[in-house]
Amino acid sequence: MIVADRKPIEEIIEQVKDCKKVLVLGCNECVTVCEAGGKKEVGVLASALRMYYANKGVDNRVDEITLERQCDHEYLEEIREKADQYDAIISIACGVGVQFTAEKYHAIPVFPGVNTCFLGVTEKRGLWTERCQACGQCILAYTGGICPVSRCAKRLLNGPCGGSSKGKCEISKDTDCAWQLIIDRLKAINRMDLYEKLFSIKDWSKDRAGGPRKVIREDVMI
Amino acid sequence: MNAKTPSKLEKIMAAGHFGVTSECGPPRGSDPDVIRKKGELLKGYVDAVNVTDNQTSVVRTSSLAACIHLKLIGLEPVLQMVTRDRNRIALQSDILGAASFDIHNMLCLSGDHQSFGDNPQGQNVHDLDSMQLIQTVRKMRDEGKFLGGDEIKRPPKMFVGAAENPFADPFEIRAIRLGKKVEAGAEFIQTQCIYNLDKFEEWVRQARDRGLTEKVFIMAGITPLKSVGMAKYMKNRVPGMDVPDDVVKRMADTPKEKQAEEGVKICIETIQRLKECKGVSGFHIMAIEWEEKVPDIVKEAGLYPRPQVD
Repeated sequence: MIVADRKPIEEIIEQVKDCKKVLVLGCNECVTVCEAGGKKEVGVLASALRMYYANKGVDNRVDEITLERQCDHEYLEEIREKADQYDAIISIACGVGVQFTAEKYHAIPVFPGVNTCFLGVTEKRGLWTERCQACGQCILAYTGGICPVSRCAKRLLNGPCGGSSKGKCEISKDTDCAWQLIIDRLKAINRMDLYEKLFSIKDWSKDRAGGPRKVIREDVMI
Repeated sequence: MNAKTPSKLEKIMAAGHFGVTSECGPPRGSDPDVIRKKGELLKGYVDAVNVTDNQTSVVRTSSLAACIHLKLIGLEPVLQMVTRDRNRIALQSDILGAASFDIHNMLCLSGDHQSFGDNPQGQNVHDLDSMQLIQTVRKMRDEGKFLGGDEIKRPPKMFVGAAENPFADPFEIRAIRLGKKVEAGAEFIQTQCIYNLDKFEEWVRQARDRGLTEKVFIMAGITPLKSVGMAKYMKNRVPGMDVPDDVVKRMADTPKEKQAEEGVKICIETIQRLKECKGVSGFHIMAIEWEEKVPDIVKEAGLYPRPQVD
């Protein structure tokens, strides 16, 4: 899933302090799972904003809506009739949702209410960790299902570097060395032959280096 | 192994002599005298001098510029290049720049993570990794071609090196990894500073068993300890460093004013023992901000005078 984290309330207030009618727009997908932008967090943020405006003695309205998704036309269209009445929309979906909302409601300011962090997993409640950087050309078949692009601090394709110590990365004792994990896994599946092969230079043009990316599937287009 | 480049360092080791290199860290400013002074201290005592590339991710004068200063005062530089700060365009371009000054040695590294340095908020590049940089410079030299396939007019003539840390984990893949570097095209290896000699010798044995010492010159990394404080710092704070307790104890048991001398003594003993280790072809003496000690170490370890080659 796309993992996001809450923005400091002060940063959000700075954007909407002069607005009269604000919509806090949540998303029922990834950001709900990582407890940053679902219905519950919409309620919390809206309450905090109402308190802020009340303390300032300003007459203001903060509404709450949580859509099924903010990355699809059909769900974003659900607010078509209401959107015009707001001075600002605070989207607490991921950066994708914020942008798609802004694209769709061209004349209304849309502000992000979360920081979009990475593609990751829930290790346990309250702990989400990165697994994928969407580099566009998956190499997991050769690395035992563990990704050095997202999990090695130097994204080495022929690791580990000299800073790997007792299974941990040189940048922090709390960070696993991805290459230690890869080697452990290749041993477990009896594929250390894969480690012995030199990894050739990667084509990063499928990554963000190649500019904004598209997936085009004519077979499913309507 | 026969010499393939004009590198003096390569010729010396190819002739069967121990090679000796040292290191010179460029300054955190633009005064070329700092580099020249360090270079002058080493002149005649080493075959080539490594110039570090923004080591520990702290901004310094560029490695290439410092290499040129050393070359101009008659030293043979080893250009260190990390893949952290430059993409494949910049790396190939700097290799050509170095070649245009007839710099004939290069060490390919990934580089310390930028979080250790003075710009922890910066991006890192790692378009290539260290092994792929080795492949790149070998392609440029041997095929006379850029990565993109176009022909290079007057290709670089670099003796190509890499680093290895025999003490990093997991230990069992360290010799395999050395094999990958050799396959990528590394011709010499400079190792991490050695204090745990037993472990180092075991690593060389594994390299020998894989036939790697016949294909690559291994230069043992030597760093004199200045004090017990430095020994403890290296043991506890420097990633991938293995300083055994008995080395720390030996420094701690020495009176403070004699600790530097003891550190040099440990160095010389290390070199003498490793001269007997089959598969070790030379020594890389990294006297960190202590370059003036290198001549003594070289002399006392029986590595002076340096051999002359054409």
